[in-house]
Amino acid sequence: MQIKSMVRLFAVAFSISIIAGCSSTGGTQGSDVSGSQQGSGSDSGSSASGASTSGVSGTGQSGSTSGSGSSAGQQADSRIPSARTIYFDFDRDRIKSEFESVVMAHARYLRSNPSAQVTLHGHTDERGTREYNLALGERRANAVQRFLNIQGVSNSQMSVVSYGEERPAARGSDESAYSQNRRVVFDY
Amino acid sequence: MPMIRRIGILLALCLLSSTANANLTIEITRGSDRALPIGVVPFEQASNASEDVAQIIQDDLERSGYFEPLERDAMFEQPTRADDVAFGPWRSLDVRYLVVGNVDETADGVEVTAALMDISGQRRMLTERVTTQKDDLRSAAHYLSDQIFEAITDIRGAFSTRIAYVTANGVGDDIQFALHVADSDGRNSQEILSSDQPILSPAWSPDGEKLAYVSFESGRPAIYVQQVTSGQRVELTSFEGINSAPSWSPDGRRLAMSLSKDGQPEIYIMNLADRSLTRITNNSSIDTEPSWAPDGRSLLFTSDRSGGPQIYRHSLTGQETQRLTFTGNYNARGRFSPDGDAIFLIHRTDSGYQVARQDLSSDRLVVLSDSSQDESPSVAPNGTMVIFATQRGGSGVLSAVSADGRSSFRLPSPQGDVREPAWSPFMD
Repeated sequence: MQIKSMVRLFAVAFSISIIAGCSSTGGTQGSDVSGSQQGSGSDSGSSASGASTSGVSGTGQSGSTSGSGSSAGQQADSRIPSARTIYFDFDRDRIKSEFESVVMAHARYLRSNPSAQVTLHGHTDERGTREYNLALGERRANAVQRFLNIQGVSNSQMSVVSYGEERPAARGSDESAYSQNRRVVFDY
Repeated sequence: MPMIRRIGILLALCLLSSTANANLTIEITRGSDRALPIGVVPFEQASNASEDVAQIIQDDLERSGYFEPLERDAMFEQPTRADDVAFGPWRSLDVRYLVVGNVDETADGVEVTAALMDISGQRRMLTERVTTQKDDLRSAAHYLSDQIFEAITDIRGAFSTRIAYVTANGVGDDIQFALHVADSDGRNSQEILSSDQPILSPAWSPDGEKLAYVSFESGRPAIYVQQVTSGQRVELTSFEGINSAPSWSPDGRRLAMSLSKDGQPEIYIMNLADRSLTRITNNSSIDTEPSWAPDGRSLLFTSDRSGGPQIYRHSLTGQETQRLTFTGNYNARGRFSPDGDAIFLIHRTDSGYQVARQDLSSDRLVVLSDSSQDESPSVAPNGTMVIFATQRGGSGVLSAVSADGRSSFRLPSPQGDVREPAWSPFMD
């Protein structure tokens, strides 16, 4: 019994040291990278994305020490954004300006939670052939992935699955159904 | 020989024996004005027989669009043996051909005999005798339809072939998908795979024994190959990104497919013996929907390299790629006719997405269907019909149109969406 708990204690201590070791090396590398990013960001001036990058890393640190005391905006970055679907025009993979804020919110969340993983599901409406639509759905999801990557999200946090027209969100063969089906879903 | 083969089919059905009676039923939607008048007289068979052999033959012949069967109640007499056919009265009914026959029970099954009479020529064109099991009369009837069809048209009959298709029931996150195989008339349907994740792109191996298809059951698209009778299967590809659109080479040794593992969908050919891949296309556009030419020397595929989807032909001998379609701004999923002289495809018109045929000698494109949300054309192995998926009343249904567009039929499903039809090769 005693030996058992000793063993368990040792195991716990050992795993903590491994985690600490991993996170410390990871942290060192991470801070090097973010440091250089911040450096270049401040070199190039106070761009909006540069500001939000540094803001995010701050939130992550303060969030881990104490939950209270951070602003509402910073708090939001510790939660998965509630809007998880963006919509596209027919036959297009361009992220519409009205959905950029949604994608930006996911970018902030993913940057501040480097262990978070998201799968980007690409979808199309039912028109056209199924296999071609699989490719179109992937193109949409890839466009979102590129956007997130430019916003500083690591590609290792993101994967893409295209469903083409196979998983419609709405039934029906009219524009109202079509417009709900041409989408990319953020799946955490 | 046919006896042995039929026993083989019977065993296969026992192995599969999923019960769901989700047979598709045929509705003729357009009859050809060139259809030949034929009478298929009810066969002499036991009153408690499970199947009406003459009716199956009549339905086969009518569905082909080549024949216009005479109604039974218009038959002034119903001979069942060739020697009993009086040519004169049938001729006055404008009947060109007459089929008569009988079903006899034997010690170990049944023997079906049929004769085809040429009414205007006043001669017997064909006598066929098939030995089979009592509960396999449908196969015998389809076999007789094949012989009758070929005797009259000089085109090999494709009634004994099968179709694979996918069904989907439900909406949103709660859709149940299933892959089925059925006789070419929609009967004897068997579910061979079901999943709560999408299944698409079934493709028959040239020997008719295997189906390649795409399944998302692992959470991502992967290509599988499944033995139709045993259900045994392997996962063939599961690369990062899209694994889709499998198409068998005519010799069955290679599989063309579209993979996006290198960034965007490209056409590859996999050698099935060692699973080595040869990349065929290489550009920043979508390249998908490969399909082999009957001679195995070239591939069709869809590419949007010109801005929108168009069909291209890649020569495997000369390694050249040539654009084939120039009519309209959406042409996709091309499939060769068995003689290689034409392609069938999905073409966008003002009314929507329709099945079309393009003759390769003239490059003339002709729309064949009168529906507007067509997908997945698949050509019968004798080239006479194209089966495809379309929408009717808010549901996916299978439809077929003759290669000349003159006749068509529909196979509505009792429930849910039916899609992704794939017509099998000849089963021999």
